[in-house]
Amino acid sequence: MIIHRLLRVGDRGVLITLALLVLLAILVPALHLLTPTDSPIHVPAYAMALIGKYLCYAMLALSLDLVWGYCGILSLGHGAFFALGGYAMGMYLMRQIGSRGVYGNPDLPDFMVFLNWTELPWYWHGFEWFAFAAIMVLFVPGLLAFLFGFFAFRSRVSGVHLSIITQALTFALMLAFFRNDMGFGGNNGLTDFKDILGFNLQSTGTRATLFIATCLALFASLLVCFAITRSRLGMVITAIRDAESRTRFLGYRVESFKLFAFTVSACIAGIAGALYVPQVGIINPGEFAPANSIEAVIWTAIGGRGTLFGPILGAVLVNFAKSWFTGALPELWLFALGALFLAVTLFLPKGLAGLFDRRATKAANSQVPAAQPEAAE
Amino acid sequence: MDKAANSILYLDGVNVSFDGFKALNALSLIIEPGEMRAVIGPNGAGKTTMMDVITGKTRPDTGDVLYAETCDLTRLDEAAIAELGIGRKFQKPSVFEKLTVAENLALALAGNRRVREALFWRMSKAEKTRLAELLDLVRLGSQRDMLAARLSHGQKQWLEIGMLLAQEPKLLLVDEPVAGMTDAETETTAVLLKSIAGERSVVVVEHDMSFVRELDVKVTVLHEGSVLAEGSLDHVSADDRVIEVYLGR
Repeated sequence: MIIHRLLRVGDRGVLITLALLVLLAILVPALHLLTPTDSPIHVPAYAMALIGKYLCYAMLALSLDLVWGYCGILSLGHGAFFALGGYAMGMYLMRQIGSRGVYGNPDLPDFMVFLNWTELPWYWHGFEWFAFAAIMVLFVPGLLAFLFGFFAFRSRVSGVHLSIITQALTFALMLAFFRNDMGFGGNNGLTDFKDILGFNLQSTGTRATLFIATCLALFASLLVCFAITRSRLGMVITAIRDAESRTRFLGYRVESFKLFAFTVSACIAGIAGALYVPQVGIINPGEFAPANSIEAVIWTAIGGRGTLFGPILGAVLVNFAKSWFTGALPELWLFALGALFLAVTLFLPKGLAGLFDRRATKAANSQVPAAQPEAAE
Repeated sequence: MDKAANSILYLDGVNVSFDGFKALNALSLIIEPGEMRAVIGPNGAGKTTMMDVITGKTRPDTGDVLYAETCDLTRLDEAAIAELGIGRKFQKPSVFEKLTVAENLALALAGNRRVREALFWRMSKAEKTRLAELLDLVRLGSQRDMLAARLSHGQKQWLEIGMLLAQEPKLLLVDEPVAGMTDAETETTAVLLKSIAGERSVVVVEHDMSFVRELDVKVTVLHEGSVLAEGSLDHVSADDRVIEVYLGR
């Protein structure tokens, strides 16, 4: 059954995406590091950072697709998990600044000195170690998703009600992180990072390594999602999406399966946020904005939910268009995004991935006449 | 309890009322192991309420509902009753449309339902054999890799019966299996259900009299929440009261 599924077009898309990621991980850093700056094939630093950012967004879209496209849970607050992963990484990077801050305090980040704090809050301890921060990148979003999902799914909250409370969740977190006394830098967030694991964040080598790490993380996330969706568990969550009560009637504890998918998805979103922060150099409460989560939903819908490569494609293309538009025609971008979303919803209900699928559907349809007479017997 | 001896399902004096309306009125019914029974009756006779009581969806006000002589179903919830081996098929076909026929059946196969097992599950040889048997039984062998959404209405009903069987129930409750089927499909369904009876007990609720005739089993006629007549179809068809409330109209 697995081999049969691998041959389906949707999975060929996964294979092609995996190959492209490997290619990207080799080609972009090589063209950045090894070619002279005046060469036509040289990839400038800003372009590499930009593609790296798109790939982080692609991971967020992929994680959203796992819960929305496969399990039918429309989360309008997935940006919260992305931002929490980002904050965990940001806290590590802040602790690496040490006494190089403006105030020169070896223990306290600048914003704490500015607020006249004398000691580090308890929840900042441990973030001086990369390994601890890396665990928190997974643990904090995962724990929040687990607790949130535990209560929401057990109470059988679903559909639009669940979407609204996920939106409320990210909004509440945004308001909380805006507060200075939360100890996360308030409005300004965390920034002015110096180095990671002892390597200067501004150096070309570090930037290239971060880019490669992002490609590999997306590669691994895609494989994990592939394994999950092709397992029996993947069949169960698809079944939940299509006929929840029937699945319950077959004896499956629907809430446990939803909880699993939601938690794994939040962890992937957290990793995406953690890779995003060192590449853009800042994390602030704006990342919790509900609009960000909704944008991620749009990328996923445009790319094609329920396929694994669709959301990746959607996130990269939409953000590429956004970069171009906000440079060339900034006032038109939101109109263009709205028009794109409408066009895809109306004409491509399966998203861009549906275009690739169309030929396969045609081929499958041609088998129908052979099967139909039996049906009529 | 002696009256319940040698029964898979035993209902005695079951009363259910909704806001004063008596949906079941001192209903008594005994199904023997391996028996197939057809239950007929006009709309509002209490057929669906009877199914609800057996599967734990509705609690009776009074009366005994016993499974396999000793097990009191009025104390168990839906999931526990399903686990005991009572499967129910609703009137409207409900299959997983975006999964293939084989996957639909694989999900229903008896076995562990926990998250971890589902993540690392590989189909065993025994399960593969069972799946192939089920596909043959419900006549969907050549559609095994087709998405369930593309099956005809009748085939979806068969697939759902197959899923029910995959759960290895001892008692099947089947609600109007041939509603909306063509005559040919109805005929095939009758053969299918008959082949199931024997090793399992089956209770079929049906409106379609020609289908009931094809099943050729003992018939129970319900009217206003209690049993009006019981026996072969010819026997109950000859009963004056049955003609009056149901057949004669």
